[in-house]
Amino acid sequence: MRDVAVVGIGMDKWGELWEKDLRDLYVEAALLAIDDAGVDHVDSMYVGCMTSGLFNAQEHLGSIMADYLGMNPIPATRIESACASGGIAVRMGFMEVAGGFSDIVLAGGVEKMTDISGDGATFALATACDQEWEAYNGVTFPGLYAMMARAHMHKYGTTREQLAMVAVKNHANGYHNPNAQYRMKITVKDVINSVKVAEPLNILDCSPITDGAAAVILTTVENARKLGKPIVRIIGSGQATSTIALHSRSDLAGMDATRFAAEKAYKMAGKTPKDIDLAEVHDCFTIAELIVMEELGFVEKGKSGPAVEAGETAIGGRIPINTSGGLKSKGHPVGATGVAQVVALVEQFRCEKGECQVEGAKVGLAQNMGGSGGSCVVTILEAE
Amino acid sequence: MTDVGIVGYGASIPRRRIKVEEIAKVWGADAESYKKGLMLTEKSVPASDQDTISLSVEASKRALKRAGIDPVRIGSVYIGSESHPYAVKPSGTTVAEAIGAVPECHCADFEFACKAGTEGMFVAYSEVKAGTVEYSLAIGADTSQGAPGDALEYSAAAGAAAFIFGRDRLCAIVTHTYSYMTDTPDFWRREYQHYPQHGGRYTGEPAYFKHVLGAGRGILKLAGLTADKIDWFIAHQPNGKFPLRAGKELGFPKAKLDPGWLVPTLGNTYSGASPIGLTATLDIAKPGQRILMVSYGSGAGSDAFIFEVTERINEIRDLAERTRYQLEHHPIYLDYGNYAKHRGKILRST
Repeated sequence: MRDVAVVGIGMDKWGELWEKDLRDLYVEAALLAIDDAGVDHVDSMYVGCMTSGLFNAQEHLGSIMADYLGMNPIPATRIESACASGGIAVRMGFMEVAGGFSDIVLAGGVEKMTDISGDGATFALATACDQEWEAYNGVTFPGLYAMMARAHMHKYGTTREQLAMVAVKNHANGYHNPNAQYRMKITVKDVINSVKVAEPLNILDCSPITDGAAAVILTTVENARKLGKPIVRIIGSGQATSTIALHSRSDLAGMDATRFAAEKAYKMAGKTPKDIDLAEVHDCFTIAELIVMEELGFVEKGKSGPAVEAGETAIGGRIPINTSGGLKSKGHPVGATGVAQVVALVEQFRCEKGECQVEGAKVGLAQNMGGSGGSCVVTILEAE
Repeated sequence: MTDVGIVGYGASIPRRRIKVEEIAKVWGADAESYKKGLMLTEKSVPASDQDTISLSVEASKRALKRAGIDPVRIGSVYIGSESHPYAVKPSGTTVAEAIGAVPECHCADFEFACKAGTEGMFVAYSEVKAGTVEYSLAIGADTSQGAPGDALEYSAAAGAAAFIFGRDRLCAIVTHTYSYMTDTPDFWRREYQHYPQHGGRYTGEPAYFKHVLGAGRGILKLAGLTADKIDWFIAHQPNGKFPLRAGKELGFPKAKLDPGWLVPTLGNTYSGASPIGLTATLDIAKPGQRILMVSYGSGAGSDAFIFEVTERINEIRDLAERTRYQLEHHPIYLDYGNYAKHRGKILRST
């Protein structure tokens, strides 16, 4: 297996981008990554996207994006695993370079979510849950995560305020990210007084509907040195699945796919949770970040709420989480999210984060998951 | 060339009201969220026998009282609305007949979503300016509809404003006009559909704000004025928040919007919204003051007008009921059942 490095990153402003369509978003991010890497060609491409068919009536994304990038006839493949599509696109690119099938791979992700109504977007996103057992009965993702929040509060005594503190922290970070969708600082009171969505979750506990794309260029470490780029290696990658329906899980307050994916990634990297300097995790709802912290081994089960309250995951804390603003503030164009997490880590290693810089960070972890945790991919990066 | 402007103005606001809580109660919705989100607490409701025509007649009669002219001298009547009672047959003929402006009169109904009213004002002003008529009457009126349970149901209201344009007896001179328009489909109703559809959040940034701010900035540049040289600002008001934000971005403090910011208790009167705001502002404006009005209509576009108030305003404002008086006095609060009856959402069996 060859050593693989991330040599190029590309991401533009996320938000409600009314003037741009699906292909504009992807092509812009891809070109930024190509420019950043300084490569003159790409051998292969993976496009992470959850449901452009429902959002934009456009499938066949591998071909259309290769076409609009002027890259035909390279092989290009669409990856779909709900909100984990982007992270898995990065993993597929990593495997292709590591396995020696290609030398330079572009892994990107995109979602253009505002072309349809709010109800339409809710329906499209709900296709990532179990249609027969969950969606059929009227539940949507805020409802599922609200049940997880209730279970976590009941089992571990997690408080409403601790949930809110996740959003407060991520917005404080996103405030400094020029690409973030919602760059405003909020307070615990703001979160608790915001509009109810599914109790105990309010609107400020939920990640938004976002248009956006992100892309990375992966190549061998040997090539990366020739390109003269700072070396950021992918040292661990793990992927796992769990039951797609929440009610089939043995623990409503846990996410075992994250645990399994993390175990594989830690093993490949030869690292433990203690070795991780910072992480980008999938905070689609505030409760998700708390559960994921526990499954990644950053804190003991049930201790995530107090850890956030103690500032352990803030910048300057023991393990800063979501210094980019996370899904909550940066936005959540579902297919792009996993790629953007890798972009955020590379920016940290390049010391490009300004107010949000984690000094001396060398090892970072990205955790990206689909649905209510039915799929998960964990990527561990290390800077030289 | 002599000045052209407003000779007389008048508004008509129905007495009936429904509160946000009453609508939210029926749909199991959170009233506080709507009140906070839309920044409005109640809206006007037309009675079963009030429509765009009857509200227009009432507003025009008030405008005539203030103008003090013989209605036969009105050479054209224009009504902008998206709730004309007839799909084929003008509203304007009935209004012109009712006020005594017929038969030597040109008449047309306008449609441009919520800016149909200022379309009429623009054409009325232009006709007087061109010298083809002595006086022209322009009306913005609506009995707007929101589908039951839709967010629009909390704001869709009723009201009318009428303006007589001419060259003499002016209470406000039109100093500048400006229009800003693109093809932006944010809100629409197809033929045979009872309720409009909308693009949710798309109605905000790329629609309302782009056009209102575009027109606001455009007319200020055209006039060579800055916000501090304008005394009062009125923007289309589909909810409480949008005009306040537009005002802020154009440099107007809330105090400059307050007189014409009626939406918190009036609701969104669509084609009547910014014109009614103008009537309420004329009710309190002092001679010499400048007023900027920017309408907005989905589809989408904005018309902007700068008016300069004259001495005559003090003589005429109390010749008819002021707009705030109509809004604040003698309301009749409806429960949802009566509201549904008056709005034709339920029909009596015959």
